[in-house]
Amino acid sequence: MNERMIEQVRVPIVNELGIVTARQKGREISKKLLFNSVDQARITTAISELARNIYLYAGNGEILIEVIYSSGKTGLKITAADSGPGITDVRQAMQMGYTSSNGLGAGLPGVKRLMDEFSLETEPGKGTVITATKWIR
Amino acid sequence: MNIIRIPILKLKDFLLVSIQVELDDNTVMRFQEDLVQRISETGASGVVIDLTSVDMIDSFIAKVLGDVVQMTKLMGAYVVLTGIQPAVSITLIDLGITFTGVRTALDLEQGLLLLEEMTGE
Ligand SMILES: Nc1ncnc2c1ncn2[C@@H]1O[C@H](COP(=O)(O)OP(=O)(O)OP(=O)(O)O)[C@@H](O)[C@H]1O
Ligand SMILES: [Mg+2]
Repeated sequence: MNERMIEQVRVPIVNELGIVTARQKGREISKKLLFNSVDQARITTAISELARNIYLYAGNGEILIEVIYSSGKTGLKITAADSGPGITDVRQAMQMGYTSSNGLGAGLPGVKRLMDEFSLETEPGKGTVITATKWIR
Repeated sequence: MNIIRIPILKLKDFLLVSIQVELDDNTVMRFQEDLVQRISETGASGVVIDLTSVDMIDSFIAKVLGDVVQMTKLMGAYVVLTGIQPAVSITLIDLGITFTGVRTALDLEQGLLLLEEMTGE
C-alpha cells in the first residue's frame, strides 16, 4: 500500500475539553475535504467516540487526524493512541452493548460502521492504537 | 472549565429547549439537572427539545438524551425531540441507537402541536 500523508493535526486528549477540540478539528477538516454532510457527521462522531474512550479508559492519549492519498483516492484517517490499560478481550469490546462503564457499549462497533476501514491493536498493560479511515467518494 | 448553560424557556404549560451550543460532556450533564429542576419548579406538562443546530450526537450524548426523556416521563411530563438533522439520524443508525419510545417531530412548531395533542390542551 502506497499511502501519502498530505496534512496532519494532532490533538492531545488529557481532559474532556480535548474531546471537543478533536471533534471540532475533524469537522473542520472533513468540511474542507468536501465530504458530504452525512460523512462529515460520521467522521465527527467517530472521533468523539475514540477521544472519549481514551479519556475514560486510558486517562490520556492523543487523536491524530490525517489527510491521506492512496491510489487515486483521498481520505481522512483517524488514529487514536493511548498508553492505557489496553483491552484484554477485543471481541467482547467490539460487541454492540458491551460496556465496562455504564455506557451504551455503542462506541467501538459504531466507529467500525461509521468509517470505511478500521483496525485495532492493543496490548494489556501497554495501550491501544485504533485507526479508522473514511474515503471521499 | 466553564460550563455553558442551555436556556430552558417556559411557554404556557410547556418547557422549550433549543440546543444551540457545542455539547461537551459537562454541558450535557448540567442540562439534565437543570431540566429536571425546571420541570419540578414549573409543573410543566410537556417539554420540547429542539436539536436543529446539533450536528453530531455520539453514544454519550445519545445516552444522556435518552435518560433525560425517561426522567421527564417519570416526572409525568411528555417529551418531544425535534429537528434531528438527517445526517445525525443516519449516524445514530450506524451507532445502533434507536431511541425507542421517543416521540419526534420535524421542527419546534410541529413539536408544540404534537405536545398539545398529547396533553389534550
Ligand atoms: N482506549 C481504550 N483502552 C482500554 N479499554 C478500552 C478503550 N476503548 C474501549 N475500551 C473498552 O471497550 C469497551 C467498549 O467500548 P465502547 O466505546 O464500544 O463502549 P463504551 O465506551 O463502554 O460505551 P459508549 O461508547 O457507548 O458510551 C469499553 O467499555 C472499555 O472497557
Ligand atoms: Mg465508548
